[in-house]
Amino acid sequence: MEGSGEQPGPQPQHPGDHRIRDGDFVVLKREDVFKAVQVQRRKKVTFEKQWFYLDNVIGHSYGTTFEVTSGGSLQPKKKREEPTAETKEAGTDNRNIVDDGKSQKLTQDDIKALKDKGIKGEEIVQQLIENSTTFRDKTEFAQDKYIKKKKKKYEAVITVVKPSTRILSIMYYAREPGKINHMRYDTLAQMLTLGNIRAGNKMIVMETCAGLVLGAMMERMGGFGSIIQLYPGGGPVRAATACFGFPKSFLSGLYEFPLNKVDSLLHGTFSAEMLSSEPKDSALIEESNGTLEEKQASEQENEDSMAEAPESNHPEDQETMETISQDPEHKGPKERGSRKDYIQEKQRRQEEQRKRHLEAAALLSERNADGLIVASRFHPTPLLLSLLDFVAPSRPFVVYCQYKEPLLECYTKLRERGGVINLRLSETWLRNYQVLPDRSHPKLLMSGGGGYLLSGFTVAMDSLKADTSLRSNASTLESHETEEPAAKKRKCPESDS
Amino acid sequence: MSFVAYEELIKEGDTAILSLGHGAMVAVRVQRGAQTQTRHGVLRHSVDLIGRPFGSKVTCGRGGWVYVLHPTPELWTLNLPHRTQILYSTDIALITMMLELRPGSVVCESGEFLRLPQFNSEIDTNVEVRASRPAGWRQGGLLLAGIEEGIGHAWKETGLSGRFCSFSPCIEQVQRTCQALAARGFSELSTLEVLPQVYNVRTVSLPLPDLGAGTDGPAGSDTSPFRSGTPMKEAVGHTGYLTFATKTPG
Repeated sequence: MEGSGEQPGPQPQHPGDHRIRDGDFVVLKREDVFKAVQVQRRKKVTFEKQWFYLDNVIGHSYGTTFEVTSGGSLQPKKKREEPTAETKEAGTDNRNIVDDGKSQKLTQDDIKALKDKGIKGEEIVQQLIENSTTFRDKTEFAQDKYIKKKKKKYEAVITVVKPSTRILSIMYYAREPGKINHMRYDTLAQMLTLGNIRAGNKMIVMETCAGLVLGAMMERMGGFGSIIQLYPGGGPVRAATACFGFPKSFLSGLYEFPLNKVDSLLHGTFSAEMLSSEPKDSALIEESNGTLEEKQASEQENEDSMAEAPESNHPEDQETMETISQDPEHKGPKERGSRKDYIQEKQRRQEEQRKRHLEAAALLSERNADGLIVASRFHPTPLLLSLLDFVAPSRPFVVYCQYKEPLLECYTKLRERGGVINLRLSETWLRNYQVLPDRSHPKLLMSGGGGYLLSGFTVAMDSLKADTSLRSNASTLESHETEEPAAKKRKCPESDS
Repeated sequence: MSFVAYEELIKEGDTAILSLGHGAMVAVRVQRGAQTQTRHGVLRHSVDLIGRPFGSKVTCGRGGWVYVLHPTPELWTLNLPHRTQILYSTDIALITMMLELRPGSVVCESGEFLRLPQFNSEIDTNVEVRASRPAGWRQGGLLLAGIEEGIGHAWKETGLSGRFCSFSPCIEQVQRTCQALAARGFSELSTLEVLPQVYNVRTVSLPLPDLGAGTDGPAGSDTSPFRSGTPMKEAVGHTGYLTFATKTPG
């Protein structure tokens, strides 16, 4: 638990924290659609087939709703305008209403003309109602539904909200599930709780979910404690982490360490190798340069793939990734001109990073982490078998996998390994409800699956000194402990609930 | 009680979770000189617990053993002696995330729940978690069990902005809650239900049928075993509906 309380205490509630400022990372919301952006003056933002500028949101409170007006400027919308449905005429049932496409007297061109004239969405909807021959015959419920549908189509209202795990995980699951290994937001919520992630912890995370899991952990820890992120390839991907807009102080407790050095760290060969690479040793600097080049190349790759992905709606990710990896005062080394500066700057950063890696290695080597979170596209078994060695006894671990089968194998292998108890393979089902007077029911569609979790607790490994007489005595228990029928095992907690 | 931060060694006054195997657990208050009777034998606190690291395997009188775990909010919800309706981890997890709780959040809770948030400093282990409203707080979450009459109160309590959650087992109550929320100007209303599905991991092999096709396959033999995650015979079918909403300034 080193590092707890060391960090400068972040102010959880800045005065004025509820105001949107220039440069803030925000999330735009329209109905149930989200998009993460950074507020920048005079920068065109495209969202839901509309473009606009965010200049006018600066200074307003988070949660304010804006209307897109001509010229792409946003104007705050007056709150809670009651829909003026003064025509309270309604039919008794819908049986005589036929969808023949003739009920609306306004044509596409008429509507377009209205739009071009700069008529507000609200008024367009009103016109549509007036020009619908069947509206009055619809039941009250059907009228509500009609208005709601038309409003959604013609009223361009956008709410600016503060990023959070809730919003970003829902956003990623809806827009880019492939980037987060199809992890549903309630599954992420389970991971955070099962992993007992809280302020002051020293956590290990290995994820390939664009940094969403990392960000969720950082939010939950509030800048207190430390997180060591293990990354495959050249460097950690933190596109989603950047969307959270964490204060800089949160980064002081965040370390990263290359996954391909874990084995050497576990076998004690790592420290020797790295100890020899003192900053003055030029040959080794070159080596570390090499790895860095690789890192940048792979970052480049990531960015490229992101740009190419047709579903990608996060061009801002690239920038935010940059900001997070470098100090603000060095933003844009390229612009600063001379190549010499650039190279010096690069070397300085490399050196800093190498130091950071060594710190991460030291933290891991203490083998007293307070928990392990794995959520990757890799097979979980080898990850767990290695990384659990860094975790202290009596600490929770959680592994996410999109598929159930690898976790079944992982479960068995962990039992063979020992040093873990309360293994639990689970998933969650999530159902959304429509709640309306006399019309409450589950929504028609639900997500078929949000991934699987294997969780458990570490315990002290069986030491060899355990005397044999004891062993034979307890052989019955032993057999339970190794490959027990889990039906019985779960009985207790289940029956409670 | 050592819920707020992990500690390495068990000391007097701690709550420790004894894992008895098969997922059976019991929570004990560690006291010098005290003894706990388990199905594996007696456990003497002074000798077997105090001074040992959490996560140790402790041998009991009868030769069996138990593991001693550090308490976590999740283990505690499974082991506390409950007298009233409580929430379990699956719902708690979603509530915590959807209320956007984090260190420093102010949470106002009403109802007969028990929750031990990772964040709150005011933890009363047995009754309720309550936080009073400090002057000028702007954001916070509100967790409400039950009655929609409380929503008017909730509106006043939730500072300038914040998130709201209500847990109710019955849909009629949800309906009234949502009406009350909408009337008060809460936005982003959403009602969810989350259910845990736990799988047994077992190795299965199925016998091959004899279709009389010949001698190459030994009839009646088993196929190679496979691992399967089978659902529990009985699982949680319903706990409660979770209704969330946002209060925005203005």
